[in-house]
Amino acid sequence: MSALYDEIRDLVALYPEARSATLPALRLAQERYGWLSPEAFREVAEGLGETPAYCMAVASFYDMFHLEPIGTHLVEVCTNVSCALIGAQQVLEAFESGLGVHAGETTPDGNVTLRTVECAGGCGYGTVVVVDHRYREHLKAEDVPAIVEELRAG
Amino acid sequence: MPARSIVLAGADERDLTKFDEYRAAGGFSALAKARAMEPQAVIDEVLASSLRGRGGAFFATGRKASFIPKPDQTPKPIYLVINADESEPGTFKDREIMLRVPHRFLEGALITAHAIQSKNVFIYIRGEYLAEFEVLRAALDEIRAADLLAGVTVVLHRGAGAYICGEETALLESLEGKRGQPRSKPPFPAISGVYASPTLVNNVETIATVTPIIEMGGAEYAKIGPQDSTGSRVFSLSGNVANGGNYELENGTTLRELIYDFGGGIPNGRELKAVIPGGSSVPVLTPDQIDTPLSYDALAEAGTMFGSGAIIVIDDRACMVQLGLRVAQFYMHESCGKCTPCREGTRWMVQILHKIEDGDASQADLDLLLDVCDRILGKCLCPLGDAAAMPVASYIDRFRDEFQAHLDGGCPMDGASSLDNLFAPVDQHHHDPVPDGAPA
Repeated sequence: MSALYDEIRDLVALYPEARSATLPALRLAQERYGWLSPEAFREVAEGLGETPAYCMAVASFYDMFHLEPIGTHLVEVCTNVSCALIGAQQVLEAFESGLGVHAGETTPDGNVTLRTVECAGGCGYGTVVVVDHRYREHLKAEDVPAIVEELRAG
Repeated sequence: MPARSIVLAGADERDLTKFDEYRAAGGFSALAKARAMEPQAVIDEVLASSLRGRGGAFFATGRKASFIPKPDQTPKPIYLVINADESEPGTFKDREIMLRVPHRFLEGALITAHAIQSKNVFIYIRGEYLAEFEVLRAALDEIRAADLLAGVTVVLHRGAGAYICGEETALLESLEGKRGQPRSKPPFPAISGVYASPTLVNNVETIATVTPIIEMGGAEYAKIGPQDSTGSRVFSLSGNVANGGNYELENGTTLRELIYDFGGGIPNGRELKAVIPGGSSVPVLTPDQIDTPLSYDALAEAGTMFGSGAIIVIDDRACMVQLGLRVAQFYMHESCGKCTPCREGTRWMVQILHKIEDGDASQADLDLLLDVCDRILGKCLCPLGDAAAMPVASYIDRFRDEFQAHLDGGCPMDGASSLDNLFAPVDQHHHDPVPDGAPA
């Protein structure tokens, strides 16, 4: 049995049907391994009693699942309408120049993946940037260098 | 009109995320009151309140609950599923409710479960809302410890990043562990929802409003606000406005009051150009319409929709073609791909809008764009296609001269638009893998 098996069975027990635990189980595997590798899919599938192909088909539908390795840190800049109207582009560009990568890329040392995301739900407090799943709000381009430093430091 | 705290009442004065504080402020008295009532009597109170769903469709909440079969009418378990998958651009109200009054929300969930005689509650919360999930989990633990669940199982189920899962049948598919693609209706969830069982699906704000309705009584609640849109809403205000944020106001408050009196107006000495009154999927309004009251009927009369109660303010630096492009890009990115008009249509919209913005389009392209919108509207399995077509068609309708100017010689704002150089997620669908040799 895989390392995740028992934890996935605990998730399965929350639902009338095992398949309902697919998203929680995929999240668990991703939190453990950083991304959803073929091996992670095999482990999730085993725990759920599904096939790896089924788990991959589900995971590929959702933006928060990473089917390829990402950096140690994940920086997500909202560029939807409310943030865009007040300067999300400038915030994104500040991250691009600070990190030396374009949106959608990972720094060569594997430390930070930068990407844009659709509306994060912080519209009145834009620009919203989600750093390792925690919201940073009211960000301006001039706030970005400090965040880049923080990411470099750890 | 003054602010009106009903759903968020007391949250400025006390830390209502704490069980004891909430209880000291009168919390859970509505639950005790409801549990002493017959389930149907609870539904009758909600019917009397004329509460309508706060997720966006504004369907009568009491009526929706009435569609759920009684336990002796179905061999299956009855489910309450709460839609906390807030993702309509411009909308961030459910987040505030979960963060600040989690107990009032959960109390409403338990009252509603009693009303429909359900022992099974799922709260589907968008995956990005981690802080909100943590607050809800802590509140739920406190309620469990206080022995208030009375045999009801409440499961917090986190999504994983898909706007479409805010559509109720897509949400149910996702909750069943599948790709979040909408189902065709009928059957409606009331008859065949999650696990093919009777299911009531309500939005967070709707459920959080049930608590004060039971406290004050449906008839009292119905006295607040206009008859077509009773009560209050937590309005999400964003965009080019001085004080963006959530404002709980009586329905019927005008857009002008919200934007200028509460929101502090348009900053930087700019002029108001347009207002999106109900989340990015609804038709746009122009400055001459800002005395429109925020109510279902008044907004319909103005040619738009109440939607999710999210008001996006747009100043005169924004290019409306770019705005249309950005909105279309969002819906293209979020289209689930199940039905053709939406999957293909949103892609066509993006392509044509790019062409218009780049100054490469002709009159025929603009006509084609309107034609594509028309071929999406009303022809999709779920409202996502409409949500792309309606706003874009309205931008063309209300700002025809600006679109025309693009055909005649490119963007008239010539690099000075607030939306220049936007980079949408749809343009980075697959991000590059980590370079060789780097740690995973």
